[in-house]
Amino acid sequence: MGHNHTGDGMTAVLAFQNLTLGYDRLPAVHHLQAEISKGSLTAVVGPNGAGKSTLLKCVTGALQPLDGRIEINGFCKDDISYLPQQSEIDRSFPISVIDLVAMGLWREIGAFSRLGRSNRARVDAAISAVGLTGFERRPIGSLSGGQAQRALFARLLLQDAKLVLLDEPFTAIDAKTMADLVNVIKRWHSEGRTVLAVLHDVSTVRAHFPQTLMLARELVAHGPTRQVLTAENQFRARQMCEACASTPHVCGRNVA
Amino acid sequence: MIWDAFFAPFADFGFMRRALLGCIAVSVGATPIGVFLMLRRMSLTGDAMAHAVLPGAAIGYLVSGLSLGAMTIGGLIAGMVVALASGFVARATILREDASLAAFYIISLALGVLIVSTRGSNVDLMHILFGTVLALDDAALILLCSFASLSVIVLSFFFRPLVLECVDPQFLKSVSKLSAATHFTFLALVVMNLVAGFHALGTLMAVGIMILPAAAARFWSDVTGGLIISAALIAIMSSLIGLLLSFHYSLPSGPAIILVAGIVYGLSILLGPAGGIMAQTLSRQNH
Repeated sequence: MGHNHTGDGMTAVLAFQNLTLGYDRLPAVHHLQAEISKGSLTAVVGPNGAGKSTLLKCVTGALQPLDGRIEINGFCKDDISYLPQQSEIDRSFPISVIDLVAMGLWREIGAFSRLGRSNRARVDAAISAVGLTGFERRPIGSLSGGQAQRALFARLLLQDAKLVLLDEPFTAIDAKTMADLVNVIKRWHSEGRTVLAVLHDVSTVRAHFPQTLMLARELVAHGPTRQVLTAENQFRARQMCEACASTPHVCGRNVA
Repeated sequence: MIWDAFFAPFADFGFMRRALLGCIAVSVGATPIGVFLMLRRMSLTGDAMAHAVLPGAAIGYLVSGLSLGAMTIGGLIAGMVVALASGFVARATILREDASLAAFYIISLALGVLIVSTRGSNVDLMHILFGTVLALDDAALILLCSFASLSVIVLSFFFRPLVLECVDPQFLKSVSKLSAATHFTFLALVVMNLVAGFHALGTLMAVGIMILPAAAARFWSDVTGGLIISAALIAIMSSLIGLLLSFHYSLPSGPAIILVAGIVYGLSILLGPAGGIMAQTLSRQNH
């Protein structure tokens, strides 16, 4: 099955072993077999309903696989940070940008310790890295969509995770913000972190993401972006998803 | 004149001083909880929990008459049972928390009224429903003050997880195991303050001193700390004026205090600098 790539010789931080995922026993991703190598920058693409978000949720541990498993090598669940697509953030809550961003240090300061001066400097650095300097004291409700996304990226920066999962991070934000946030992602890549991002826009993937994993409820292709993002693969992905949508249970194979 | 109107009642009468102290304790303990209820869009949860406390207090009354301890323990147990049961149903079934809470509290309220009315007199029912702020004895005052202190201490301890649970519960779940603990600690604080409140203001009015000052404070501040402080000040001020009105015009004190808080709420809607009607009109004209 369209499985034309098995990592590039480096160690795999994530190994999807015959992974089947779904809700209420209705599978959304079937028999996924793939490895994500350490330090890779991978875009997860595919049509709507292909199971991309479901896959990220499973990596965070919020969703248990129906079958198969995910092997995580070299770090624990605490080393994973995750930016969900529809974040449940209550923007009307009276909290300032700096307080929201500083929560990225939760694993270090926990529920009860003080922030401290050195950590305060790190918070300032993260805010400046996403271009929000000067907005520290603003309530989050006063931010635009793009500025709010910048704040969430600053929080991700502070989480200092080895594996960063991003679900559609560029939806509904302007080009300038996107360019700045892509730079943040490239910085993570250069620091040797593994990044897995669900993306819609093919040109963004081509321009910035070396690796691509194409899903259409099962694996379509995985490997260097140029080889994966072909017209033929994209056509096949759409067909596979449409076929699945009509008969979500069966999809060609038996599911345990 | 001013002395007679404002100071003499407290200087001359011990029960007025006790009532004021009791109200201040309830104000300091309950209003921060009310602020968080409001910020979490759970204001009506407070109301529901207040009703849920009733059968516990009634069973306490059944067992040992108008006893402070029995009614307090009964109220705490009933409130916690309803909070936990509705939380459990919401987490384990398809029913949402608001619906499951509504179901449990209305059962609880019916049970409470039934118990009180089969065994007690109307006076007792009035006592439980409307409180006895003008007849607080030493034990009751100590109880109110301890509950308020405990509530403030626990809240300050859980402040960060609680704020995060309000702003971004998904994130809190991803970084910490405190999410469920935070939610239930918060519900426990709600119940505790309502039980303290019902000794002073009765089960029906206890939720008023929790919610009304918080709602009014929303028009005076944009930050959580400011909301809590202004809500507490509004509650204390309303208690003071309400007690004086009830003294001078022989009004029932619980409703008098809550109505004053209601008037402050109305004025805040009109005059509050943070999103009040006048502030909004002015800022529109300036643009």
